[in-house]
Amino acid sequence: MLKYLIQKEFKQIFRNSFIPKILLVLPLMVILVFPWAANQEITDMKVALVDNDHSTLSRRLTEKIAASSYFHLQNVTTSYDDALILVEEEQADIILAIQPDFEKELLTQGAATVRIAANAVNIMKGGLGSGYMNNIVRDFANECRGVSNTPLPTPAHASIINITTQSRFNPYNDYKIFMIPALLVMLLTIICGFLPTLNIVSEKERGTIEQINVTPVSKIAFILSKLIPNWIMGFVIMSVYMLLAALVYGLTPAGNLLTIYISALVYILVVSGLGLVISNYSSNIQQAMFLMFFFLIIMILLSGLFTPIASMPHWAQVFTHFNPLRYFVEIMRMVYLKGSHISQLTSQLGALLCFVVFFNILAVISYKKSS
Amino acid sequence: MGKLNCNLLNKSYGEVHALKNISFEVQDGELFGLIGPDGAGKTTLFRILTSLLLADSGTGSVAGLDIVKDYKELRNHIGYMPGKFSLYPDLTVEENLKFFATIFNTTVEENYKLVKPIYSQIEPFKNRRAGKLSGGMKQKLALSCALIHKPEVLFLDEPTTGVDPVSRKEFWEMLRQLKNEGITIVVSTPYMDEANLCDRIALIQHGEILSIDTPEEIVTQFPKKLYRMPIVETQNIASLQLTQLRKNPDIESVFMFGEYLHVTFKNDAARANNDLPLQEITPTIEDCFIALMNRV
Repeated sequence: MLKYLIQKEFKQIFRNSFIPKILLVLPLMVILVFPWAANQEITDMKVALVDNDHSTLSRRLTEKIAASSYFHLQNVTTSYDDALILVEEEQADIILAIQPDFEKELLTQGAATVRIAANAVNIMKGGLGSGYMNNIVRDFANECRGVSNTPLPTPAHASIINITTQSRFNPYNDYKIFMIPALLVMLLTIICGFLPTLNIVSEKERGTIEQINVTPVSKIAFILSKLIPNWIMGFVIMSVYMLLAALVYGLTPAGNLLTIYISALVYILVVSGLGLVISNYSSNIQQAMFLMFFFLIIMILLSGLFTPIASMPHWAQVFTHFNPLRYFVEIMRMVYLKGSHISQLTSQLGALLCFVVFFNILAVISYKKSS
Repeated sequence: MGKLNCNLLNKSYGEVHALKNISFEVQDGELFGLIGPDGAGKTTLFRILTSLLLADSGTGSVAGLDIVKDYKELRNHIGYMPGKFSLYPDLTVEENLKFFATIFNTTVEENYKLVKPIYSQIEPFKNRRAGKLSGGMKQKLALSCALIHKPEVLFLDEPTTGVDPVSRKEFWEMLRQLKNEGITIVVSTPYMDEANLCDRIALIQHGEILSIDTPEEIVTQFPKKLYRMPIVETQNIASLQLTQLRKNPDIESVFMFGEYLHVTFKNDAARANNDLPLQEITPTIEDCFIALMNRV
């Protein structure tokens, strides 16, 4: 019986003029376009340099900045006010002002002041830009100390600890490598959670569900016939996605593939359950779409997919604990980048299993209420 | 015990009392009509009898099976064709029929004889998608799908609503044939003229059954003599004519029926008092329905 129902579903899916195309385009978009679009690295920031010193050292600092791939030296002015006008005209993103006597102070006292001002209309750009600039200037100061023949006097307040940073698991701090495992979560949510929901609601809307209800087909068989094809497609698309990640970005999971598939299976059960709850509460596609849109946006924003959870206010961090997406994003990143073993994922998998139980019980209850 | 029994069925949707103490019986092999206007409760009653909806109170059985306790078994023995076309528009005609045959654990071949008179009319289009069929063909396909498992009782909810007069006539012809195959048919319709095509009918209004009988018996039960008189041509004058007649103390009721007015008098003496261009006629089901409706 179930076999015939599933056969019918596949027939309908592949006969639909729209869904197979979306199933093809969506993963390609997610793997080929999203990692580039969801990139928080800032390059080519336009710098307005205010050089009030005109010394050898100030010129060397200027050259160093111009050589950096992060910055593009747009303009050198002599007054800070002129530089500000450039920022207002969007011709510069960041100002570096070198004070008069920069060289003299640096050589005699071992410390000098520069002023960095960044356009923070785009907080991310402003913040990262001034950070990069800071690093370059600090680097420069260290170089100066190193090369000068007469060692610079060490100022009392300057730090003499040299900090070197090593980025474990993502040595080049490549943002794409951070995003690719997590973006798969979005794909699975849509394909295994929301597609079957739309399918069930459209049967409701067309009245075909009534026709099925007067046949001996049981409710469970009917629902499984909607879920199983999407589960299968979810796994196929997930595999294609991981293959593309390996071919295009050279990114292969550091951990066990089986761990990824097991976690995905648990996650699929969560989103299917959520989808069923939505389908029980909506009587037409419009309502279902709206509900799914609502959940998708909230779940993505509170998942740590794009913005780190640690930077959220405390109350928002509390909310993320009630978001299944969060746990699966964590699992994917841990397995893909760190190579975590399944035994290290027990808290995340445990949370997901709780969601499986919660959503599927809710689905049964809400189904009983709505009929 | 009839093929279908229901006893004191009640159903409310919030404030609306959709069914009030509905009781009736349908005999084996009967073509039974539920006649009533939109919103009378016909679809609700069908949904309860086909186990899609639970009644608030009351009991019922179809084909000897309780509609609540034995609902799973019941579904093997009934066919239901809802008012709205509800087959899969993206499957072809043949695929729809095959699909419904398989989920009833049977095959098209097994019961082909039963659906042949209907299905053969759409068979030339069997590779066309159901969504692309014309209205009349869709309806034939829906009927074929509801019949493919050889149900004992067939429920048809307003099968002729929105169907052209020729197809309507054809459709009733098909129902006659099915009745001859021994299938019990319960059909609902808002069209009073279709009532005469049923063996027995129940007139239903505001969730209550006004009368159950054969169409002929319902007509003979009409309490008064019924007359008709032609309507004076123009629209304005017609309504004036109607108002005037309604003011006449001798007249009990007067209604417009196409180009005629149907009139009843309080008694024969009152009829004699009025010199109107009257002609005595046999009442139609619609006259009976209106008379019953006003009595309540």
